[in-house]
Amino acid sequence: MGRIQLKSVTKSFGDVQVIPPLDLTIEDGEFTVFVGPSGCGKSTLLRLIAGLEDITSGSIDIDGADATNVPPAKRGLAMVFQSYALYPHMSVRKNIAFPLRMAKLDQAEIDKRVEGAAQVLNLTDYLDRRPGQLSGGQRQRVAIGRAIVREPAAFLFDEPLSNLDAALRVGMRLEISELHERLATTMIYVTHDQVEAMTMADKIVVLQAGVIEQVGSPLDLYRTPRNLFVAGFIGSPKMNFIEGEEAAKHGAHTIGIRPEHIAVSESDGTWSGVVGVSEHLGSDTFFHIHETGLAETITVRADGEVGFRHGDHIYLTPRADVLHRFDAQGLRIE
Amino acid sequence: MATQHSRSVARLMMAPAVVLLLGWMLVPLTMTLYFSFKKYLPLRGGDLGWVGFDNYIRFVSSSSFWPAVQATLVIVIGVLAITVILGILLAMLLDQPMWGQGVVRILVIAPFFVMPTVSALVWKNMFMDPVNGLLAHLWRFFGAEPVSWLSEASMTSIVMIVSWQWLPFATLILLTAIQSLDSEQLEAAEMDGAPPLKRFYHIILPHLSRAITIVILIQTIFLLSIFAEIFVTTGGAFGTRTLTYLIFQRVLESQNVGLGSAGGVYAIILANIVAVFLMRIVGKNLDA
Repeated sequence: MGRIQLKSVTKSFGDVQVIPPLDLTIEDGEFTVFVGPSGCGKSTLLRLIAGLEDITSGSIDIDGADATNVPPAKRGLAMVFQSYALYPHMSVRKNIAFPLRMAKLDQAEIDKRVEGAAQVLNLTDYLDRRPGQLSGGQRQRVAIGRAIVREPAAFLFDEPLSNLDAALRVGMRLEISELHERLATTMIYVTHDQVEAMTMADKIVVLQAGVIEQVGSPLDLYRTPRNLFVAGFIGSPKMNFIEGEEAAKHGAHTIGIRPEHIAVSESDGTWSGVVGVSEHLGSDTFFHIHETGLAETITVRADGEVGFRHGDHIYLTPRADVLHRFDAQGLRIE
Repeated sequence: MATQHSRSVARLMMAPAVVLLLGWMLVPLTMTLYFSFKKYLPLRGGDLGWVGFDNYIRFVSSSSFWPAVQATLVIVIGVLAITVILGILLAMLLDQPMWGQGVVRILVIAPFFVMPTVSALVWKNMFMDPVNGLLAHLWRFFGAEPVSWLSEASMTSIVMIVSWQWLPFATLILLTAIQSLDSEQLEAAEMDGAPPLKRFYHIILPHLSRAITIVILIQTIFLLSIFAEIFVTTGGAFGTRTLTYLIFQRVLESQNVGLGSAGGVYAIILANIVAVFLMRIVGKNLDA
């Protein structure tokens, strides 16, 4: 079980309120991702749930019981830290066994659970090494191992992949997703990387300055962003925003169109412009189009074989059915 | 660029410093060794010729040798225990965020800047004096009979004075060590269900082990040779005669240079044994 409910939770550091009143429910077994730019309060929110910071007002319920004043160890949550926070003087086995030893389990049970976790995480060969002798990915797995042996109600991940290189990050992303499928435990995951959020989450919580901008499934957020911030944050490359006359034609203050929803042509189209930088990824090519008279740059995603060059004059056609319209306050117009 | 040429130039340039250092060390060492094999009584006949290992045998078979060894050990171990334990506690206290942290830290290190002779005199006359000392006033305030510290509890007094001098050093080194501890480790331990005392034992103490070893190593080397504190307080009486003090007495009070030199050679050997032993521990610690 692991249903976590935040009821008008606030947090202030001195006079500065970093989290204005906030309500959020995380269902049992859900993989929830908190995403937002740095300094948006997502890590603070996670630490409030963990109990590492005290909330200023409001309450936190875990499985229906008020946990607001319950110390972190008694909340039944396990956390994986950004720096992994492994104990450097203990072997991997002792690191993983540490929470169990603190819980005063008997040695046979501890051994059984540590072996089990090591098997799940492919750490069996490394049990007697020290963390200093492991690679980044292995350390990450030890940190996760230390979390899973406790059989917690929920896992909290605080930017766990940000210290890994790109290739390893993709691998660990898959491993964490698989782990979630297998354990079916609630997981709360904090990241600033929208790709991690999109690929792993059941539910994404987009935060900005401590305020929840939108909550929804990855595709909900992609298809119907509630406001300009979410529209710009979710999706890569970023959505193009066009203001002024062109937007007025669609009855909006701002219109948004994703790079993948614009067709390019040499001969005809709705808009025209000059090709600036092109980024070739092989499968796709991103063109940065200038001199469109709409916005400074319009980003377009085209097939990898499309071969426009710097300075070519081309035409663009947006797909009308996936055009996003926003009013002057930046809110979505349906 | 470490070419053959630049390396020989480097050696040439280092030579004056190396020669000076070697001379500085080797001349006194050779002289000590030289005198230790002689019967040399400056006021009673001067150089009376070679005596072989006679001085060495006399030094250790003297009735004051083993008590001196014991006194040395009591002071070293006592001061080490007090400075390390109090140092850890003080370091943890100073690590807490508080108002005026910078000033407090400077105040804590202050005793280390006071010369040993001065601090011993201050303790002797202002604190431990059985008539006018602060401690005597305190004792009387509570209706107790003042203790004449330096004669009745001489060893305790000296350990107190020396600990007071070395506590800032231990605190400072341990404080920097504590500050380098990743706070996420403590938070992880807290999440893992470790109460404060267990967090201290399982996380903070192992993290400090290297710093503690270094404090013990450096302090031992200096504590083996404390002299001023004993000289200005008890003058070696009341069982506070350490090995260093015994050597001093042999040379200057008994005017027996040969016997004192033999004691000096013992002291060198003893210090080296300690150094080798401790370097091993440090080496092992630094490798891990």
